[in-house]
Amino acid sequence: MAEVTLRKLNKRFDGFHAVKDVDLDIRDREFVVLVGPSGCGKTTTLRMIAGLEAVSDGEIRIDDSVVNEVPPMDRDIAMVFQNYALYPHMSVAANMAFGLKMRKFERSEIDQRIRRAAGILGIESLLDRKPRQLSGGQRQRVALGRAIVRDPKVFLFDEPLSNLDAKLRVQMRVELKKLHERLAVTSVYVTHDQVEAMTLGDRVVVMKDGVVQQVGEPLTLYNNPANRFVAGFIGSPAMNFADVTLRESNGRMAAEADGLRIELPPELAARARAHTGAKAILGIRPENIHVATAGDAPEHCFDAGIEVVEQLGSEILLDTRVGPALFVASIEPTLQVRPHDKLRLALRPERLHLFDAQSEQAI
Amino acid sequence: MTVTALGTARVRRPSVRLRRLEDERWLALALLSPTAVLLGLFIAYPFAEGVLLSLSSAKVGDPGVFVGLKNFAKLADDNIFWTAVWNTFWYTGVTTVFKLGLGLWLAMLLNRHFRGKALVRAFILLPFIIPTVLSTFAWKWMFDPTFSVINWSLFHLGFIKARINWLGDPTLAMTSIMIVNIWRGVPFFAISLLAGLQTISPELNEAAAIDGARPWARFWYVTWPLLLPVTMVVMLFSVIQTFADFQLVYVMTGGGPANATHLFATYAYQIGIVSGLLSEGAAVSLAMFPFLFIIVVVQLLYIRRVETR
Amino acid sequence: MIEGALWRRWVFYNIPLALFVFVLLFPFYWMIITSFRPDGELYRPWNAVNYMPFWTNHPTLEHFRYLFEETDFGRWMVNTMFIAATSTLISLFCGVLAGYALARLNFPWAGSLGTLIFITYLVPQTLLFIPLAEIIRDFRLGDSPWSLILTYPTFLIPFCTWLMMGYFKAIPKELEECARIDGASRWKAMLYIVIPVAVPGILSSGIIAFTLSWNEFIYALVFLSSPQEKTVAVGVTSELIRGDVFFWGSLMAGALLGSVPVAIVYSFFVEHYVSGLTGSVKG
Repeated sequence: MAEVTLRKLNKRFDGFHAVKDVDLDIRDREFVVLVGPSGCGKTTTLRMIAGLEAVSDGEIRIDDSVVNEVPPMDRDIAMVFQNYALYPHMSVAANMAFGLKMRKFERSEIDQRIRRAAGILGIESLLDRKPRQLSGGQRQRVALGRAIVRDPKVFLFDEPLSNLDAKLRVQMRVELKKLHERLAVTSVYVTHDQVEAMTLGDRVVVMKDGVVQQVGEPLTLYNNPANRFVAGFIGSPAMNFADVTLRESNGRMAAEADGLRIELPPELAARARAHTGAKAILGIRPENIHVATAGDAPEHCFDAGIEVVEQLGSEILLDTRVGPALFVASIEPTLQVRPHDKLRLALRPERLHLFDAQSEQAI
Repeated sequence: MTVTALGTARVRRPSVRLRRLEDERWLALALLSPTAVLLGLFIAYPFAEGVLLSLSSAKVGDPGVFVGLKNFAKLADDNIFWTAVWNTFWYTGVTTVFKLGLGLWLAMLLNRHFRGKALVRAFILLPFIIPTVLSTFAWKWMFDPTFSVINWSLFHLGFIKARINWLGDPTLAMTSIMIVNIWRGVPFFAISLLAGLQTISPELNEAAAIDGARPWARFWYVTWPLLLPVTMVVMLFSVIQTFADFQLVYVMTGGGPANATHLFATYAYQIGIVSGLLSEGAAVSLAMFPFLFIIVVVQLLYIRRVETR
Repeated sequence: MIEGALWRRWVFYNIPLALFVFVLLFPFYWMIITSFRPDGELYRPWNAVNYMPFWTNHPTLEHFRYLFEETDFGRWMVNTMFIAATSTLISLFCGVLAGYALARLNFPWAGSLGTLIFITYLVPQTLLFIPLAEIIRDFRLGDSPWSLILTYPTFLIPFCTWLMMGYFKAIPKELEECARIDGASRWKAMLYIVIPVAVPGILSSGIIAFTLSWNEFIYALVFLSSPQEKTVAVGVTSELIRGDVFFWGSLMAGALLGSVPVAIVYSFFVEHYVSGLTGSVKG
C-alpha cells in the first residue's frame, strides 16, 4: 500500500517539453485517472512513475523514498498496457508467474497466487493457453491477472480498455471498478476517454499540453470546471460555448451576443460584475437546455433554429443555431421536431458557466 | 483477494556489475563489443593493411618498402587492368538489367494463386541457394565446346549449323559468364520483388482497372511506383555482389581467353596470389573501392529520395 | 486478381512460368545426370550420332566411388560443415546482441553505428582478401579452419545484425517494458522475453548465414592450402581438375553432394529463408 507523490515533474524530449511542472499527491488506495487528449503528457507522466522514462526535472516519490533513479524492476509496481503486452511465447500461467519468478518466489507460492488471481478474474480455464489463442477480453483479463499476482504497491494502467470493442469496454470498466474496490491498491490510470475517467476515478487529473488543468473528484470537474478546456473536455455531448459580452443593466448582469441575452443568476452575477463590459465565454451543457415552457423566466429563454435532429431513442440531440453560436440541446425523445423549425429553448441558469475570454479561466 | 505481506522483501539486489547493465549505454557497449572486436580485427584492420600494402612493393616472402603511388601508376598503364575495369562495368550493367527485367516478370507470374505455388517458389530459389562454384561447374560443363548440350539443343532445333565455341571466344565467353550470373540472380530478384508485390493491396489495381486503366497502364502507374523502393534496395545488393564477383569468372574462364574476361577481383587474384605480387594485387582490389563507393552512395541517395517521396 | 480467358492464362502465365522453371532447374538436372553417367557415354561429342543428352542407359556410381576413395571429399564435407556451422553460431551470437542494442537501446551514436554496420554489410569479400591473407598469416591461422571461422563473421555479422534489427523493431516495446516492471533487469528482459520472441528471426538469419558461409569461396581458396583442410568448393575445384583435364563425372558428383546439405537445410526452413531474404532487402 503506497502513496505516490509527484513534485514539479518535468519531461523534455529533444526540443519538446512533454510534461511541465506536474504536482500530484496520490493517496494510499486511491484510484487516480489522468485524462486528456493525445499528446497531453498523461502517458509520459505514467511512464515516468513506472521508471520507463527518465525524469528530466522534479521528483517522484513512492511512499517516502525518491525513486527517480530506481529502475522499474525495483519499484514494486505493476502495469497494464494498452496492447496488453502478453509474452507471446508463454502460457497464461507462465505470463502471470514471470514477475514472481523474477523476484525469486517459491514455486508453491507462485501457484497459489496464480490460482487466486485467476479465480478473481474468472480465467482458471485459460491458464494453459497461449496469448494468441485468447480473445481481446480474455487477454485483457490475463494482463490484469499478471498485475494482480504481483501484489504490488501501485497499479499503473495505460489506456487498458482502448483496444476493446465498445460493449466489452463498458463491461470491463465495471469489472475494473469492482476489482479496485476489492483489492484497494493505489492505482494510476491513463485514458483519453472522459467517460472512463468519470466512472473509474476517485479523483481525475485533466491534462493538456503537459500541464495539469484541474485535479478533483469527477463531479467537481463536471460541475465546477476550472477553465474552458476542462469544461469542454468533461461531459458528453460536450458543453456548448458562445462568445458573449458581459453587460449590466438595471443592476442585473447579463451575457449578451447577437440574438442572445441571458441574465446571470445572483451568485454568478456577483463574480461577473468585476468583468462588466468585457468579453467572456458562456458555457452551458446540452442536458441543461430544454424546450421553453410557461414556467421558464423569459430572461433565460432564447430562440433557436434547428439544423440537425439526432434521434437517439432515449433523447434527442438538437443541433441548433443560436445567434452566432451553435448549441446542442438534449431534449425529450417524444418531441416532434424537424430541421429548419424554429424553437424557443430555455436553460437552467444555475448551471451556467462563464470563462474569461483571454485566460479561459472560470469566472 | 486478501492482501499478503509478501511484498518487496524478496527482491534480491544484483551485484554492482549487473546493476551497471541497467544503464542503456553500458548495456549497449557490452552487447556491441563482440561485434566491434571481430569487425575491427577482420575488416577495419585489413582495410588499413590493404592501403599500406598497395603503397608498398611487397611480394610473397618480401615485406617490401614504401613506394608511394607507384603501383597505381603502373595500373594506369596496364591494358589488362583497363579491360578488367571495362568488363566489370559491362558485366554489372548488362546482368543487372536482365536480372531486373526477368526477375520482375517472374515475380509477376508468381504473384497469383495457383496450385503448387509454394513448391514452385521453393524450387525457383535453388540457383541462388546452391553454392555458386558448384552450380557454375554444371554450366561450364554445359558450355563445354566438345560436349555441349546447349550446342546439341540449338543444332537440333535448327538455330545453328556449326558448333559455338562458348568459352573460347572473348565476347562469347563474357556472354556465357553473364548468362550464368543472370541465371543465378533472377531468383533473388524474383522472390524479393514478389514480397514487394504482395505488400501492394490488390484493391489498388482493381480501383485502377475500374478507372479504366489497361494492364500496362496499371503496371506503370500503380505497381511500379509502389515497388520502386524494394527494387532499388534489391538492385543495390545485386550491383555490389556482381561488381565484386569472383567465383563465376574464376570457374568459367579463369579470366581467359587471353585475359579477356577478367573482373577486378579475378585480376587482383591473378596478380596478388597467383603471381605473388601482393602489393600490386592489393592495389587492384583497392581500385575497386572508389567505384564501388560512388555506386553505393548514388544508389543510397536515390533510395532515400524514392522513400521520402 | 484480374484474369481473362483460359488461353490467355496459358499464354501469359503458365507457359512462361514453365519455361522459367525449366531454365532455372535444368543445370541441376544436368549435374545429376552427368554424375551417374559412365565415362564412355560422357565423352561423346555433341554432334556424334549416338549423343544422348537427357538420359543414360547405364547409370554408374563410379564417379562417387572415385570421389570418396581417390580424394578427400569426405573430409571436405566435414570441414565445410564445421566451418559453416561454427561461423554461423558466432555470427548469430554477435548479430543478435548487436541487433538488439541498435534496435532497442538509446545511446550516443546509435544511429551512426547502425549506418557503419550497414556499410560493412556492403563491403565485398573480394576487396580485402589480399591484406586479410597477410593478417591470417601473421596470426598463424593459415591453412586452419579457424582462418575461415573467424573471417566469415565479417560478412555474416553485419547481415545478421541488420536482419535482427528489423525483427527486434517489429516486437512491441511494451513487452520488455512490462518485463522490466515485472522485475526483470534489462538483460533478463532481453534474454527471457525479447530473444525468445525473436526466434523466427534468429532461425532466418541462421539459415541464410549458413548458406552464405557454405557458398563462400575466395577466402577458402586463398587461406587454405593442404588438400585435407579444404572446403568442398575449393577441394572440388583444385583436386578434380588436373591441368587441362576435368574429371567431369566426379566434378558433377562432388557438386551434387556438396549442394545436398544446403538444399536439405533450405528445404526444412524455406519459409524462414524466404522471410529472411525479403526482410533483408526491406531495410
